Amino acid sequence: MQPQVKWGNPMTVSSIAASSLRLQGAAGSPLPSLPAAATTIEISDVFHGFDGREVLRGLCVTLTQRRIGIVGANGSGKSTFARLLNGLLLPARGKVRIDGLDPARDLRAVRRKVGFVFQNPDTQIVLPTVEEDIAFGLKGHKSGAADRAAKVTEILDRFGLADLRQAPAHRLSGGQKQLLAIAGVLITAPDCIVFDEPTTLLDLRNARRVGQVIADLTQTAIVVTHDLPLLAGFDRVLVFDQGRIVADDEPGPALRAYVERMT
Amino acid sequence: MTAISTRDIVLIALFAALTAALALFPPITLPLIGVPITAQSMGPMLAGAVLGARRGALAMGLVVALVALGLPILSGGRGGLGVFAGPTVGFLLGWIPAAYVTGLLHELGWNKLTALRSFVFATLGGIVVLYGLGVPVLAVQAGLSLKAAALGSAPFIPGDLVKAALTAAVALSVKRAWPIIRARDIATA
Amino acid sequence: MSPLHRCPPGPKLATLALAGTGLMFVTNPFAMLDFLALTLLGFHVAGFGGARIWRQIRPMLWMLAVLFLVQGGLAGWTLAALIVARLLTLMLLASLVTLTTRTEDLIATLERLLTPLAPLGVNPAKVGLAVSLALRFLPVIAEEAERVREAQAARGLGTHPLALILPLIVRVLKAAEEVAEAIEARSGHDDGPALSR
Repeated sequence: MQPQVKWGNPMTVSSIAASSLRLQGAAGSPLPSLPAAATTIEISDVFHGFDGREVLRGLCVTLTQRRIGIVGANGSGKSTFARLLNGLLLPARGKVRIDGLDPARDLRAVRRKVGFVFQNPDTQIVLPTVEEDIAFGLKGHKSGAADRAAKVTEILDRFGLADLRQAPAHRLSGGQKQLLAIAGVLITAPDCIVFDEPTTLLDLRNARRVGQVIADLTQTAIVVTHDLPLLAGFDRVLVFDQGRIVADDEPGPALRAYVERMT
Repeated sequence: MTAISTRDIVLIALFAALTAALALFPPITLPLIGVPITAQSMGPMLAGAVLGARRGALAMGLVVALVALGLPILSGGRGGLGVFAGPTVGFLLGWIPAAYVTGLLHELGWNKLTALRSFVFATLGGIVVLYGLGVPVLAVQAGLSLKAAALGSAPFIPGDLVKAALTAAVALSVKRAWPIIRARDIATA
Repeated sequence: MSPLHRCPPGPKLATLALAGTGLMFVTNPFAMLDFLALTLLGFHVAGFGGARIWRQIRPMLWMLAVLFLVQGGLAGWTLAALIVARLLTLMLLASLVTLTTRTEDLIATLERLLTPLAPLGVNPAKVGLAVSLALRFLPVIAEEAERVREAQAARGLGTHPLALILPLIVRVLKAAEEVAEAIEARSGHDDGPALSR
């Protein structure tokens, strides 16, 4: 399905054009080498809850930066917030717009625009071998088998997983699994990737490796984490507490405010 | 009939994998009877009691498909299309209706589920239905009389009753902690 | 790669299906031994040695022995030998197909075979996904079961079957939610990726 183009919203039109160009994988380069325009995310007056407990209370924020960190205690609403960004959850009340697209109406377009990397790669890797799993996100696309294989090869090389192409996913180490999970998201060439605690289950070395992968992305990255060093060099950090944003600043001051709150 | 959701597919696949994994549990030998009890034949009872009729039966159908694809996932490392030529194929194929009946009874009795009822449901589905299919097929495949086939299968029943009791305990705990089944009326059954 | 490895799964499965029915009509035990020898030749062509063949036979040995004794006592030893040889041949032939075919290709063939059933409400892509998911999570659940067993032993709970099975099921159900969420997030569709071609 083609994303709906909304006239009168130049941001949407241009970014859809950019993303569909990339999906067609021109001349063996499915991944953009030049940074695309950062994704614009607008959240206004969003409420959400589970079992009568409010997790998000009247959230309002607009995100236009390329590297955005989200921190907060467990249960502060940050994971719920992350899930609003690609339509895994729809808000009970309020408005979510991703480059002008409404996840409630244009779910497929939003899912193609925003990728999602989960905390636990073991449940994010869904097919038996490395090769099959990476290609999973392309199944719905109209690209041919050869094009798909070329994309898989390129991304395996980029992540140093080429030797493991045929390997069963469960034989991989924790770090390799998280790289595979990220590769499986990157292959669909989203404009923006949301990471939900991507380093929580990793040792220090693999956490750094994933941090480097995030730093090197040409896409917009929104990272929910307890791993504060991961956010060094980010453009903006939001601090969540009890379903609200309580600090919103550059990493230095935002993280100081967070640490003060926590201690 | 509602469409199968992504979540349903995942539940079906994971319960098929769970049933396969049950083959890895070491068998327990019952005193007096001396017949080994394998954990695996608890699969259809569990699938029915936890997932309900349709998803439970589809999970067992998937196990059958995995066996047909040649995976050695049955207890003792058996698998492959050869199993379908074997004498116990009725017990394998019987897992599908066994899970369906166990699941259907649990759905019908969901709101007033007790351990005893769940045990009876698992027994009806996982033993009565299963043996009702398995025994005649065994008789045909092995060239035995129905009586001989029934007598040959009977020693496994005490073990299966233990499994039905375990299934009942699991069903009640899962109903409290993580319910998947929804109650259904007689009218819609 | 042997010719058998290169052969697409369709013809191999067709041969197997044909053998499954055809061998029922072979009533001479010596003719059956010829088919068994042919199957073993297939293993040789595929580059598998005796150790590989033995690994296929070992798990079914116990069942075949019991069948042989029961049949022999009830219906005569010639018939018993015939039935056991037929079963062994079919099982080895099936193993040969499995060993020389990538599961991925088998799944693709399965999806194709199911295509005519689409009007009956069977969605081949959904079946294919379910098979792949089961293959992916089988080793994960097996490992999980082992971990639960160790944890219970460490807490001194011994090996009460309920203490083993209940945590395992709760983990499987929890994992199912996460996997379903991941499939949705990774697909451009609200109903899973390969599910609506």
